[in-house]
Amino acid sequence: MTDNNTNHDSGAGAEGPDRVIGTPSPAGESLAGATATAHERRHEGPYPAVETHPRPEEMQRKGEKLAALWFLVAFLAGIGFFVSYFSFPPNAEGEPAIADPQTAQYANMLMGGTIALALFAIGAGMTVWARRVMPHYEVSSPYDELPSSPEEKGSFSDFFMQGAHESGFTKRPLMRRTLLLAMVPLGLAPIVLLRDTGPLPGDKLKHTMWEDGMRMVVEGTDRLIRASDLDEVGGMVTALPESHDPEHGLSLNDQAKTVVLLIKMDPADFSDEMTQQQLDWTHDGIVAYSKICTHVGCPAALYEQTSHRILCPCHQSTFDAANGAKVVFGPAHRALPQLPVRVDDEGYLVAAGDFSSAVGPTFWDAEKGD
Amino acid sequence: MSTTPAPKALRGLGNYIDDRFHLAKTGEKNLRKVFPNHWSFMLGEIALYSFIILLVTGVFLTLWFNPSMGHVVYDGSYERLRGVGMSEAYASTLHITFDVRGGLFIRQVHHWAALIFVASLVIHMLRVFFTGAFRKPREINWLIGVAIFTLAIVEGLFGYSLPDDLPSGMGVRIFQGVLLAIPVIGTYLMMFMFGGEFPGEAIIPRLYTLHILVIPGILLALIVAHFMILWHQKHTQYPGTGRTEKKVVGTPMYPAFAVKAGGFFFFTFAVIAGLAAFVQINPIHLFGPFTPTSITSGLQPDWYMGFLEGALRIFPNWFDFTIAGYAVPMGVLLPGLGGMGLLFGGLAAWPFIEAWITGDKRHHNVADRPRNAPTRTGIGAAGVTAYGLIWLAGSNDILSETFSISLYATTWFFRIAIILGPIIAFIVTKRICLGLQRRDREILEHGYESGTIQQLPSGEFIEVHKESSPDTVHVLQSKPPARIDIDSTDENGVEPPSGRGAKGRLRARLAHWYTKDNVSFEGVRPHSGHHLHHGATASEEESVKAH
Repeated sequence: MTDNNTNHDSGAGAEGPDRVIGTPSPAGESLAGATATAHERRHEGPYPAVETHPRPEEMQRKGEKLAALWFLVAFLAGIGFFVSYFSFPPNAEGEPAIADPQTAQYANMLMGGTIALALFAIGAGMTVWARRVMPHYEVSSPYDELPSSPEEKGSFSDFFMQGAHESGFTKRPLMRRTLLLAMVPLGLAPIVLLRDTGPLPGDKLKHTMWEDGMRMVVEGTDRLIRASDLDEVGGMVTALPESHDPEHGLSLNDQAKTVVLLIKMDPADFSDEMTQQQLDWTHDGIVAYSKICTHVGCPAALYEQTSHRILCPCHQSTFDAANGAKVVFGPAHRALPQLPVRVDDEGYLVAAGDFSSAVGPTFWDAEKGD
Repeated sequence: MSTTPAPKALRGLGNYIDDRFHLAKTGEKNLRKVFPNHWSFMLGEIALYSFIILLVTGVFLTLWFNPSMGHVVYDGSYERLRGVGMSEAYASTLHITFDVRGGLFIRQVHHWAALIFVASLVIHMLRVFFTGAFRKPREINWLIGVAIFTLAIVEGLFGYSLPDDLPSGMGVRIFQGVLLAIPVIGTYLMMFMFGGEFPGEAIIPRLYTLHILVIPGILLALIVAHFMILWHQKHTQYPGTGRTEKKVVGTPMYPAFAVKAGGFFFFTFAVIAGLAAFVQINPIHLFGPFTPTSITSGLQPDWYMGFLEGALRIFPNWFDFTIAGYAVPMGVLLPGLGGMGLLFGGLAAWPFIEAWITGDKRHHNVADRPRNAPTRTGIGAAGVTAYGLIWLAGSNDILSETFSISLYATTWFFRIAIILGPIIAFIVTKRICLGLQRRDREILEHGYESGTIQQLPSGEFIEVHKESSPDTVHVLQSKPPARIDIDSTDENGVEPPSGRGAKGRLRARLAHWYTKDNVSFEGVRPHSGHHLHHGATASEEESVKAH
């Protein structure tokens, strides 16, 4: 090891005029220095006298009192914690119960405040102890020389290679190689065992439960939607397919895939760039897009009716509702999938099929057909 | 030196242990271990202490938390959500909050400690980076530190996801979206991770196992390894009188450091407990349970995920492409995974890149002053700037709302700033470092400006320069040589083999770039008090010295 700061060593012995006992002896642990002897005379500490700077007796006495005061504060605060804990019973036991959010806040402040005070006071007491009572130490100790000596390294190397040789590991390649071969399947087994953590994707991600004639309800309710419910131009409703299991409703998985934004706009506002098919998928100015952003899957929940823009609040992908929900700004790449809608015989708004493309975050084969 | 004998009970215990482990000598050596004194060495301690707090409070929370996505209709104590359908995970988190005394407090301690854990890791790592404490022989401990940092972020994300409230579910959704974006295997990974489609019923139990068992286990092992290595190699120290590459100076473990560190643990815990008591964090009862169909605007992740969120926001979709009809959404891959890769990969590689450029194979125990490694410091500042800007970009909707700026304008601002900001930060920081180097040389050569004005017999006014303290001189002289002699030739004029070829030339160029602007201290002798230009007489210098 080379030391590029060699001038350190030469300077180490130069004790500053204001550091009579402050500088470690240049000789380190071996205290031969003449300066040390004067202090060393009655010194009984664990470290050499030159490295130990005791506090004045007066300071120590005051320090002890102050530390004791802090510890007493900690004790009282600790008692305070128990008092506050038992002052706030859980709901079943009456008032004031922590079931009420406001009371829970107060209980939290009292319990937490007393604990924080107790902890702080212990910390403060210990710090006073270390800084006022205990001596200030400036102990020096050598860094270990890290690389071993060439002899040690050579000895180890010889020992190791002799052992490898004698054991046959190097000399018997057939045995060695078959052992390594035997490890391969065992190493792969844990990975294979993870196979049943989930199903294969197949084309699951490309389809939803929407199908022709399926009615829709306002999200969070059972209210079926008629085309006339959206009569006000500029209106926007979040809708889900009607559930045929009134007890449980739609599973979260189905909600995550089927949720749509129903937007009513003046049919004249639709962009010329929309294809005839996309226009056919609308009904009287009502257009339905998947609410799940094609970027990383947040609900694109914000709609501004004057500009017909749909905005995802997570990463601000912006889609043009008047133009097939094409991306106009932000990180998303694909347009929001469009859900074909029509009206059934009873005037209810229904889907006219599944989405135009895969719903949700873009994946490897999202734009591939089946 | 004799002292009072140990009490009988203690002696008995000591003998009992020593009879079985032969620990007297090792024990004394370790209790004598020296810890250099500097406030910046406490940053890693904060990380350790908050990790301990996380373990303890985490165990408490597991006593009630039910990591299940099974659907229940809530009928617990919290009135406002009674009758609402939710997962058992969310319901049990409400139970901890409103039915378990101290539950809310411990939840908030756990969350605050997590934020402070990651924050102190980052600041600790910056300290190690800027002072060059990662250099040989400590590169492996640096790598362990990077691994701890990486795992801490993942651990935090998973923990944040467990209560299954609206924002946490959205975090899981984004995680799922990033998984899906991975080419070829993305859909498989996602299906295996979630046990089917999003959200399914498997993800929270699985994240729970990772969060309370697997990742903390690995973290604990890594932290122990980090400490054993630190203990074995000893701390770095800052330059100063008596502190050399071969000798460490500081406070011994026993008795002083143990008490100081113990006190510091209680301070750390007190701050976290105080925050948990008085500053509300993650009030999941106000957010409501997760549904994949709803969202609120202004959602913000925990701070350490902010840079990923920001990257996802400002990265444009210009680089997305398709191969034979298959989609490769670079707009998700690069910020979502590339950003992490760049951050952690860059951190892990840096000690080796720097050692390769400088050809420095020596052991370093005395830490660099950041100014004395201006290129490294500049690169670090550029990294901090890039991180900070991306992190801020994660709040661009808040910035847009607060300052009434167009949302898209903030996006564009960050898209441009992320390129310009680090370049400016590099140049400015490097210049500041070089300026400080020049000032150091000035002080070393001429002493410091005392502020005393003196009139000479000739009528001229001069400012008296005084001699710096030996400690200052020591610190200033610790500066390593300005340049690396890398393209030197041997006595026959032949360049070294390592200097040949494209790689060698690149390295020589980098080495030149790395050190070219350094201020040389060669030939500079400490201020001796005999410089004519400030005119102070020798006797005055003496009086200064005596003072």
